[in-house]
Amino acid sequence: MLSINDLRASIEGKEILKGINLEVKPGEVHAIMGPNGSGKSTLASVLAGREEYEVTGGSVVFEGKDLLELAPEERAAEGIFLAFQYPVEIPGVTTINFLKTAVNEIRKYKGESPLDAAQFLKMVREKAKLVSMNDSLLKRALNEGFSGGEKKRNEIFQMAVLEPKLAILDETDSGLDIDALRIVAEGVNSLRSPERATIVVTHYQRLLDYIVPDFVHVLYKGRIVKSGPKELALELEEKGYDWIKAEVEAVG
Amino acid sequence: MSTETIDLKTRLITDFHAREAVMNGEASSEFHQKKRAGLARFEQLGFPTIKHEEWKYSNVRDLISVSYDFNAESSIGLAELEDLKVPAQQANILYFVNGRYNAELSTIISPVEKITISSLADAYKNDPARVASYFNELTKDADDAFTALNTAFTQDGVFVHIPDNQSVEHPIILRFVSDAREKNVGSQPRNIISVGKNSHVKIAEAFRTLGEQRSFTNAVTEINVAQEANVQYYKVQNESENAYHIGTTQVRMADRSHFYAGTVTLNGKFTRNNLNIVLDGEHCDAHMYGLYFPDGSQHVDNHTVADHQKPNSESNELYKGILRDKSKGVFNGKIFVRPDAQKTNAFQSCKNIVLSPDASMNTKPQLEIFADDVKCSHGTTTGQIDEEALFYMRSRGISQPEAMSLLMFAFCADVVSQIKIDSVREYLENVITQKLASK
Repeated sequence: MLSINDLRASIEGKEILKGINLEVKPGEVHAIMGPNGSGKSTLASVLAGREEYEVTGGSVVFEGKDLLELAPEERAAEGIFLAFQYPVEIPGVTTINFLKTAVNEIRKYKGESPLDAAQFLKMVREKAKLVSMNDSLLKRALNEGFSGGEKKRNEIFQMAVLEPKLAILDETDSGLDIDALRIVAEGVNSLRSPERATIVVTHYQRLLDYIVPDFVHVLYKGRIVKSGPKELALELEEKGYDWIKAEVEAVG
Repeated sequence: MSTETIDLKTRLITDFHAREAVMNGEASSEFHQKKRAGLARFEQLGFPTIKHEEWKYSNVRDLISVSYDFNAESSIGLAELEDLKVPAQQANILYFVNGRYNAELSTIISPVEKITISSLADAYKNDPARVASYFNELTKDADDAFTALNTAFTQDGVFVHIPDNQSVEHPIILRFVSDAREKNVGSQPRNIISVGKNSHVKIAEAFRTLGEQRSFTNAVTEINVAQEANVQYYKVQNESENAYHIGTTQVRMADRSHFYAGTVTLNGKFTRNNLNIVLDGEHCDAHMYGLYFPDGSQHVDNHTVADHQKPNSESNELYKGILRDKSKGVFNGKIFVRPDAQKTNAFQSCKNIVLSPDASMNTKPQLEIFADDVKCSHGTTTGQIDEEALFYMRSRGISQPEAMSLLMFAFCADVVSQIKIDSVREYLENVITQKLASK
């Protein structure tokens, strides 16, 4: 599904990603962990098409297409979804209107006719229930005045509505208390399927108690320096990142 | 080079005297005396240049470089107005074509035995003393050449008189149409609106142009808001690429009254709006909302004044602008807090999005505070579209142009949602949507 090969990216001339290699197959959940500043969020941003980052080398192929050639909206229409670490507040645009536009723009991209208001509302209500999203939030301006938990839940709700093939969760656990974390994780899990894949970017192990990964990768200084099964996350939780850093420095 | 040998000022003054010469007895009336005083004031002030502090960023040289027919006839009918009109609803709708009331096109549905809604010319015919007593009362001290010019040449406009304790159910919509299909036309409407104690009314002025020739509108509206009255007043300008508009709305508020103004400029070559509110009462509140959306080489200038004269009142102001292409915007917001006006709350905000490197915005808040126990704040921002918001929307599959449109529509919505006449608000939403889609 997703094939990342020697991906290099920089911002303002500073190289952040220094050759990432990653294969993601349908149905898989990959966790990307690593200390602060290792490039985790950069990887998520580059995959979603954030334009501040300059890709300086390597390739990303998604479902047979050169992802790096696509605009952010085209990537979304192809089935990539980024749950933001810091969801943006957009005054004056209601969540429901925003999502309706998004759904119909993606349908247009795929050559499908737009959903009518009734179809759309029915679908949205079902998805809102799935992530315990309060109806009243849908009518409010997008994320405006939402609590941290509400914003993150809104991300997962949007994901449920857009049904991406590949979801990238960027530090979705940051700023969440344990109850909010559980609700968000349940939402993500309910969307798991053999056709869909998920990349979970996180600093801490605790989210992975709820969203259990198939693979754990440790990102450090712009490279994946270690990969392993889900138990690797527990080891990191216990021992911290220093032993990984030491390993990397030793190899030079 | 200009081949005009007589400038507009001289031409207007000559025209005034020529008309006066054939007035017979009417020339001695109170009404005409006020007009004559207006002419004298205009003669003394002359058209402003950019050396004038109030006109620093708005040059009227182009406006006054040609002549206009201020008495142009028009055969305009409803058919031609169909695509110009604000969508209909149950409302009093008064048409003014080239500045003159057109009874055939107009509909007045509010009970005339209770409230007066008529053309100024008709009102004057019926009761000259009453109209003359209101005329130019609020604007008599105005230090503005265009207001003085309007006073000198007042012929028509609307006259609304609402007695005490009336809630006017149907809004009053004034549609000013410049028929510039054949030649340069000018009009100088004067609207006089008096709202009695504890009365409520919604009024909108909508300006449109037909045709490609130049139009020059020099409009003045005087609104007197009595105690506890509630007035919603909107001005909508959607004129042509050759339309020049100078307008002054002068408001006086009494104790415990409420006044809401919405000024929306969507199109027009050169627009200058003066909105002057005198809070001449205690516990009253004035609200000013403005939106301008120029493109091409359009120029929009909003000057506002909130003049707090008595204690315990509040003014609240929000102006927003989107500027494209080579357009220019000007915002000058004055807040006066007079020595007696303790416990005043006055807030002002002006926010702009400049979408082109060739567009520009000049903002100038001006606070003059002579009382010590007051709360005043002002802020202006001028920036581009929020890139983070744009990326967020695109990451959900919304194309860049569509995302821009949504963001800009949302930016406008703060102001548009304040318009409480449904048909006017819907009209604005439609025009803004079309305009956003046009680039």
